[in-house]
Amino acid sequence: MQFFFEVLIGGLLSGVMYSFVALGFVMIYKASGVFNFAQGAMVFFAALTFVGFQEMGAPFWLALILAFGAMVLLGIATERIVLRPLVNQPHITLFMATIGLTFFVEGLAQGIWGSTVRGLDLGIQDEPIEWIMDKAGILVSSFDLFAAGVAAALVTLLALFFQYTRVGRALRAVADDHQAALSIGIPLQNIWRIVWAVAGFVALVAGLLWGARNGVQFALTFTALKALPVLILGGFTSVPGAIVGGLIIGSTEKLAEVYLGGYVGGGIDSWFPYVMALAFLLIRPEGLFGEKHIDRV
Amino acid sequence: MLYREAGQFKTSYAADQQIFPIRQDRIAIGLILVVAALVVPMVASEYWIKAILIPFLIFSLAALGLNILTGYAGQLSLGSAAFMAVGAFAAYNFMGRIEGMPVLLAFVGGGLSAAAVGILFGLPSLRIKGFYLAVATLAAQFFIVWALTKFGWFSMDSSSGVITAQEIQILGYRFDTPISLYLLVLTIVAVMALAAKNMVRSSVGRAWMAVRDMDVAAEVIGIRIMHTKLLAFAISSFYCGVAGALYAYAYLGTVEPEGFNLDLSFKILFMIIIGGVGSIMGSFLGAAFIVLLPIFLDVLIQDFLTGLLPPSISSNLQLMVFGGLIIFFLIVEPHGLARLWQIGKEKLRLWPFPH
Amino acid sequence: MSEQNQNGRRVGEVILDLQNISLRFGGVKALTDISFNVKEHEIRAIIGPNGAGKSSMLNVINGVYHPQEGRIVFHGEERKKMEPHMAATQGIARTFQNIALFKGMSVLDNIMTGRITKMKCGFLEQALYLGRAQKEELAHREKVEEVIDFLEIQHIRKTPVGRLPYGLQKRVELGRALAAEPSLLLLDEPMAGMNVEEKQDMCRFILDVNDQFGTTIVLIEHDMGVVMDISDRVVVLDYGKKIGDGTPDDVRNNQEVISAYLGVAH
Repeated sequence: MQFFFEVLIGGLLSGVMYSFVALGFVMIYKASGVFNFAQGAMVFFAALTFVGFQEMGAPFWLALILAFGAMVLLGIATERIVLRPLVNQPHITLFMATIGLTFFVEGLAQGIWGSTVRGLDLGIQDEPIEWIMDKAGILVSSFDLFAAGVAAALVTLLALFFQYTRVGRALRAVADDHQAALSIGIPLQNIWRIVWAVAGFVALVAGLLWGARNGVQFALTFTALKALPVLILGGFTSVPGAIVGGLIIGSTEKLAEVYLGGYVGGGIDSWFPYVMALAFLLIRPEGLFGEKHIDRV
Repeated sequence: MLYREAGQFKTSYAADQQIFPIRQDRIAIGLILVVAALVVPMVASEYWIKAILIPFLIFSLAALGLNILTGYAGQLSLGSAAFMAVGAFAAYNFMGRIEGMPVLLAFVGGGLSAAAVGILFGLPSLRIKGFYLAVATLAAQFFIVWALTKFGWFSMDSSSGVITAQEIQILGYRFDTPISLYLLVLTIVAVMALAAKNMVRSSVGRAWMAVRDMDVAAEVIGIRIMHTKLLAFAISSFYCGVAGALYAYAYLGTVEPEGFNLDLSFKILFMIIIGGVGSIMGSFLGAAFIVLLPIFLDVLIQDFLTGLLPPSISSNLQLMVFGGLIIFFLIVEPHGLARLWQIGKEKLRLWPFPH
Repeated sequence: MSEQNQNGRRVGEVILDLQNISLRFGGVKALTDISFNVKEHEIRAIIGPNGAGKSSMLNVINGVYHPQEGRIVFHGEERKKMEPHMAATQGIARTFQNIALFKGMSVLDNIMTGRITKMKCGFLEQALYLGRAQKEELAHREKVEEVIDFLEIQHIRKTPVGRLPYGLQKRVELGRALAAEPSLLLLDEPMAGMNVEEKQDMCRFILDVNDQFGTTIVLIEHDMGVVMDISDRVVVLDYGKKIGDGTPDDVRNNQEVISAYLGVAH
């Protein structure tokens, strides 16, 4: 039973990582209806940029600020070059454009900073916390706990931002109805730029945590793909959905790997989240927290 | 001879419904086939045949398959490579397990197996659309590659799922030279492209497009949505499956499941975006483009920009150019090269008096 | 059996009988206890203010929506649970309020699609495009060309529908419905957004269809002039309830109808 909880907690905490990537998706989708396949590439780009600046001798805070600046630039450039010319195109066209963007950003990141695998040190120990070890006999990594804390802080921050700032209110209006928001004078393109910048910030946070955990490498983009089943579970438009979905995917994939993987040769976490999302889609296509959509004739 | 249709009056609906209603087009297609079948084997070097023409034809077939599903029936798939893998591994099993199995029949078997798997993974399309479906096809991509790697049965217990294609023999003739393989692939691809063209101009093709353009209206007209979508999945996967079998038998020879990874799926998707979504011709143009582009970039970097850029940048530059081109085409010409080709033809019809 | 009505049309037996239809979406009542019938060869109009449930009514008739209560009898048979594509095979065709053409296809292909329930060849035969498949394609092409001639749209048959002006798109949509040779044709605001000339053309087509092919027509229309001119009987809906039913003259003098349209003075 202790082992079960260890796996469960490990899974939940790694699920937090998926939630980070999913959060970025949700924000962009809410504000502009764009399903941003490139969110994973943005995570990779952010982590690589941060490490790159650090290698050039920048201290932590400076590297953080520079990397954030790079993400903002990337977001603005994306809005200007990719999204604006594609306004009012079918969603699927925009989706394919973000697949193109994924390749471009991945190539750009490695083109600038090189393709070698790098470590990233945030100065947080990835070791079991002794206190919990003593009390409950369960191994919980301090790093995972830190990541969970950051996630909680980030979600709170975003919630406050959306709820109480002028930009946040405008953003929610845009998410509800583009045309109506435009007609009352909300500058749509500014909003999109801000959203992409915020999504870039979320990607940066995700990139730092992921990078510190697994090293900054190309494989990061594949792991980030797991945010897609998270979105299906949580619904494309729901911030709590992204968090809960991430936790569910993270924990079930670990549990499945540990308890079922042995029977079929292991490695099932490569597809388990997708198949689970697929099964879930058939039961509840709009996701856990998504809004039901009715076709009108 | 000018590109003109003046004087070609159609006096019957049969004449108007020919596959290529303009005489010059018929001649051009005939010429291309003759050149491809007779002239190319005489003049092309072994490198060109093995490294460019054969993969070009095979990718065209896979792109054709994806185009049927995505371009005509409007169902986005990110799992084409997985269906190619099913085709390759099924053909390998048919060949290996059944004594005296004719290789062409094994290819068909590979295609049919892929079609069956395609229907299975197409089932969710009855309830979900758009990017939901795209994510669902990712499940197919990852699951199939995993299953082929993990279960030795599929690769007849070779180490880590690598299969080595058996020799191809048809009616006692051995296809072991690049030219013979090229001609075999060319024949299969030409026949299947013709079949695809026929389907998309018949009622099955119209049903696909109707579902793509407006599914509610399509249903009210009497189109059975489920049947139509699943048929698109089946036929598309069949094409991808045969392409996968050829990929293993006529191109690589030895291939592992990882060879059919997500990257390959994206490559095929890029072919139809750049070549032309919803166009048979576009599948070929896109495949040619994607096969030639990396070679072109390599030459560019090595011969013309020597020293300016480190050679290691080539693969990253490729990613950027691919990505950039996708965005460029989606913005500037969403119907891809096929549309540019068509515009070119329209211009040619009027040339040299454009007014 | 058939009698001549005031428009000189030979109206036959009841072919569609709707009895006590109620339709709800969650808690919202779209239709409440509506009964009316449609007789063979007649032009039956459904009118009512916005949101009265007119389009829902058509959707019930052709099986897109399934009413929670009530019976639908079509050609003497009570309809059980059915899918929209089955309505098409039974000879019910329709057009939509917001044009629902297949934008990526030509006019010809759009109208050809209307004949899909009558095409029998499988995809394998079509892939070969020999013999039966080719003959079938040509036979249906002939039928479709008849529709194209009828609607006078020969000059645009190869044009993608997305490029056509609104009025012509409406006409093509009518063509697609006619290509199915329906016995019952449902038209959802066929003249909305048209100018006077286009309306006249459309009226002429509707009357011609009714006259030449004997097609029964149920139409929703807001232009009262048109409704009163061309329809034999009119159903009036308001807030999902039937408030009037009868000849145009009956309806025009119905107090409840007048107040629904003009408001009631209190």
